[in-house]
Amino acid sequence: MIARLAPLFARAADSDLWYSFKRTPSAVISAVITLVIVVGALCAPFIAPHNPFDLASLNIMDANTPPAWNPEGTTDFLLGTDDQGRDILSAILYGSRVSLFVGFASVLFSMVLGVSLGLISGYVGGRVDSIIMRIADVQLSFPAILIALLIDGVARGLLPRDMHDQLALYVLIFAIGISGWVQYARTVRGSTMVERNKEYVQAAKLIGIGPLTILRRHILPNVMGPVLVIATIHLAIAIITEATLSFLGVGVPPTAPSLGTLIRIGNSYLFSGMWWISIFPGIALVALVLSVNLLGDWLRDALNPKLR
Amino acid sequence: MLAFIGRRLLQSVLVMLTVALIAFAMFRYVGDPIVSMVGQDTTEAQRAELRESLGLNDPFVVQYARFVSNAAQGNFGISYRQRQPVSDLIEQRLPATLELSFVSALMALAFGIPMGIYTALRRHGVLSRAFMALSLAGISLPTFLIGILLILVFSVQLRWLPSFGRGEVIAIGGWTTGLLTPSGLAALILPAITLALFQMTLIMRLVRAEMLEILRADFIKFARARGLPQRLINFRHALKNTLVPVITITGLQLGSIIAFAIITETVFQWPGMGLLFIQAISTVDIPVMAAYLVLTAFFFVLINLIVDILYVVVDPRLRVQSK
Repeated sequence: MIARLAPLFARAADSDLWYSFKRTPSAVISAVITLVIVVGALCAPFIAPHNPFDLASLNIMDANTPPAWNPEGTTDFLLGTDDQGRDILSAILYGSRVSLFVGFASVLFSMVLGVSLGLISGYVGGRVDSIIMRIADVQLSFPAILIALLIDGVARGLLPRDMHDQLALYVLIFAIGISGWVQYARTVRGSTMVERNKEYVQAAKLIGIGPLTILRRHILPNVMGPVLVIATIHLAIAIITEATLSFLGVGVPPTAPSLGTLIRIGNSYLFSGMWWISIFPGIALVALVLSVNLLGDWLRDALNPKLR
Repeated sequence: MLAFIGRRLLQSVLVMLTVALIAFAMFRYVGDPIVSMVGQDTTEAQRAELRESLGLNDPFVVQYARFVSNAAQGNFGISYRQRQPVSDLIEQRLPATLELSFVSALMALAFGIPMGIYTALRRHGVLSRAFMALSLAGISLPTFLIGILLILVFSVQLRWLPSFGRGEVIAIGGWTTGLLTPSGLAALILPAITLALFQMTLIMRLVRAEMLEILRADFIKFARARGLPQRLINFRHALKNTLVPVITITGLQLGSIIAFAIITETVFQWPGMGLLFIQAISTVDIPVMAAYLVLTAFFFVLINLIVDILYVVVDPRLRVQSK
């Protein structure tokens, strides 16, 4: 296994991308921050000092403890506790899990939808192309957050109440995903229209390969570069959108709070001076979004041949 | 010019009809309107009668046409939850949202454009770096977090400004305004900053990028060679040419201010349309949702239309092409 992976690592270490990565301090720092948050989220059940969802372990007497450096705080709860005595640090670790899951899943959904429609639109052209692009134009003139809100509202109306709570996470992924496909479709459509007329595609057509296989095997790998850049930046947007929707109270159910839900919970305690309930999840959210954004900026410059 | 405006007008009407179709489909097929309207003790016969009298048995196209003609007259039916005509609810809330959006847009423009020009002209100055750092924060901080931070600092710690509501309002005709009372103005400051910050950073970055691009152009070099004063070059030659893309993007951004107002209104409990919309979503109040959708789309389309026309007015090259 390791013997087979070794050449792959050697190739990666030798690549232009790795070289440029090593030379960009902001990219290295933000990659480290992102990695810490992702690993922390993945390993939350093992490394979190408390389980914030285990009702039996919660003690209401621990409620509203300030952070450890405050004279009233304890080292047991490093970042303090919320109104129900949940440890903020653990809640952040579990919350980033939800935020990252929704973020990645909705980016994947947008990407698959957008890339497929972009490929079809660019390759087939004609009426299909103009219908897809008109829809894209109309959608693009509305902010993504508004579309996601509407879809969430409609889903609430269509699904029975108890089912909605179970499916809330998937409704959210669908809503955020569907509001972001246009960027992918437009970019892929543009590059597909260029690739379509190249000789290798003509050759593939000539030896009788079907259009679906041509799109998947030949054109797709050649249009993926910009898609990766969009996906990275879109991840930051998707995480913010999820946090915003959860903050507005239409996102994930309170039983599985994301970072946005935690901030929402803390918002009502701001006036009693308990700032830590909102601010620490907020810092985690901003650190994550900022580093993903910086990674996206670096990737865009590194993959842009004009800037080399 | 007239033909161009006519064509754009037709496009706008098509977009509005599409949005109305979505709104109508929501209204008609998400949940049963009759069940949402009547109480539990209404008999089956009464329900059928109501269904007939409301025209819910008519063909789809007829119902859609009726919806459009009602909507065009500002009639969106009765809210399921509040038992009031939706148009009344919107009328009460509209001034709050429009005032907030307008003041924010003005703030974003008034600070964003000069900051963009300054950072482009003095690229390595200390102040420019500070502005750029601020803009990075403005883009990465979610709107609701900015609002919370402002409340924490200015309402909780310093106790300078109120954190919720609109303060005292004065009614002028059908319009209630908070712009004329001290408490109304004080209440406006924090929400307006929250809403403006993101747009301001965007406008600033855009103006800066465009300005840097233009300053490298040949006609600027030529103007320098002619010995024109630097001020004249910067503001007459460079700034004028940056404004075309700035107008487009700014126009689109102003539209999204109305949508982002939803978030700001929730944080500050600002009694505007956004708050109404969020409440409508959590209680599945479809008529209110549909009305909000149509109204926001209308503002968007209107702004886009104005921007496109402004475009032609500002850029003489487009006037020649459109003939």
